[in-house]
Amino acid sequence: MRLEVDITGKTFRSAAGETHAVLAPLRFALQSGEVGVLIGPSGCGKSTMLRIILGLDRDFEGRVARPPEARIGMVFQEPRLLPWRSVEDNVRLAAPAVSDAKLAELFRILELEAHRSHFPGELSLGLARRVALARAFAVEPDLLVLDEPLASLDDALAGRLREEIATLVANRSAMTLLVTHSLEDAIRLGDRLFFLSPRPARIVQEVPIAIPRARRGESELRRIRAELAALPLESK
Amino acid sequence: MLRLVSFAAFFAIWWIAALFVGGAKLPSPPAVLQVMIAEASSGALFLHLGATLARVTLAFVLAMSLGSAIGYLMGRVKLADRLGDPWLILLLNLPALVVIVLAYIWAGLTEAAAIAAIAINKLPTAVVTLREGTRALDRSLDEMASVFAMPRWRAFRHVVLPQLAPYIAAAARSGLSLVWKIVLVAELLGRPNGVGFEIGVAFQLFDTPRLLAYSLTFAAVVLVIETLLVQPFEARATRWRPRAA
Repeated sequence: MRLEVDITGKTFRSAAGETHAVLAPLRFALQSGEVGVLIGPSGCGKSTMLRIILGLDRDFEGRVARPPEARIGMVFQEPRLLPWRSVEDNVRLAAPAVSDAKLAELFRILELEAHRSHFPGELSLGLARRVALARAFAVEPDLLVLDEPLASLDDALAGRLREEIATLVANRSAMTLLVTHSLEDAIRLGDRLFFLSPRPARIVQEVPIAIPRARRGESELRRIRAELAALPLESK
Repeated sequence: MLRLVSFAAFFAIWWIAALFVGGAKLPSPPAVLQVMIAEASSGALFLHLGATLARVTLAFVLAMSLGSAIGYLMGRVKLADRLGDPWLILLLNLPALVVIVLAYIWAGLTEAAAIAAIAINKLPTAVVTLREGTRALDRSLDEMASVFAMPRWRAFRHVVLPQLAPYIAAAARSGLSLVWKIVLVAELLGRPNGVGFEIGVAFQLFDTPRLLAYSLTFAAVVLVIETLLVQPFEARATRWRPRAA
């Protein structure tokens, strides 16, 4: 399975009637089993790009090719849970085919077992984020999209959740697209990094990371960081 | 407990007032109770009450389902909103009496005319409330449902309907009180049975005990339905909301 993105332009008309370019021409592709990371300054148009890729926004120029039968799992910036359904129902409604065993495993990895019957309003943001992760993984997605899943969490929690995401991603051969502005997330989770310019976004540089994710220890990560620091990037 | 005290106070005031005004204009509670028992044992009370309740049920269900559907459509589709809005304003401001009289003239003194007239009176408020509810729907949840490829019906049931539930409950509640009031007028003007018809008869005979017997029984039924049906539904619909401290 393969995701091909070839956007030639996207403009946005403001209430005052002015036209703004949100996205410059950009193209990239992603294979099954690959984790692509989009890194860019906030407000550069990443979320717009995701909406186009997900098919939520059809008002753009260009082409996005993803297999029509591809199942999508998405973690939005805000958890977007149904407040009137329990944690378990939230996951099951998005993923009706999930087996009890699979669900139990997800809840164990994400430490949600104690919260199955809680309502989202009773959860902290960190927990709600995990439910959103559980929901995205429960559909066994072919295309997994994570939009800043760790934003506004404290460092310790973000670090642990990052480990959990790494575990979950490693077990699957999905195409994964991670949007972040954290270089740390990018080098720990990604196979290929796409650095984006400020608005209108275009890909400034594509950086593949050769070392497989599972074999990146602290020394490898240090080396990757040093290599990235040597690159002349405008968006770090 | 407080409710009981409040009820007791109501009857006490009534009784005292009856002593002052005299039995012809305001009969005392026991006198009214006597008529109630007489009417109940002859079966007439239940017959008329049943006829009224049947009309209320039919008109209410008709107006709620139609009104909710139209309101949802107008909230979702801009064209429907533009087309429907003038009609809505017209219906909202049309006096109930006009609708009832016209319905009887055009469709005859029939059951269908009565029920349609009652439903038409309730319809616009349901439309307005549901349109508001639909406009307030959370777009981000719609997007979530679409990304996760939820089938339409499941998305409607689990994503849209719970958001509309408080509006449906509000429309049901205000609509029910409207229907309670209008049904009696419709019966008074053109039906041979029902609480409204009986009140009309009592009015012509200046039979106050009978009038009060029917209207109080009717009020009691309304109260029971409100507490046993409408309020639990409202409570269930908002169960997920964290309780106010």
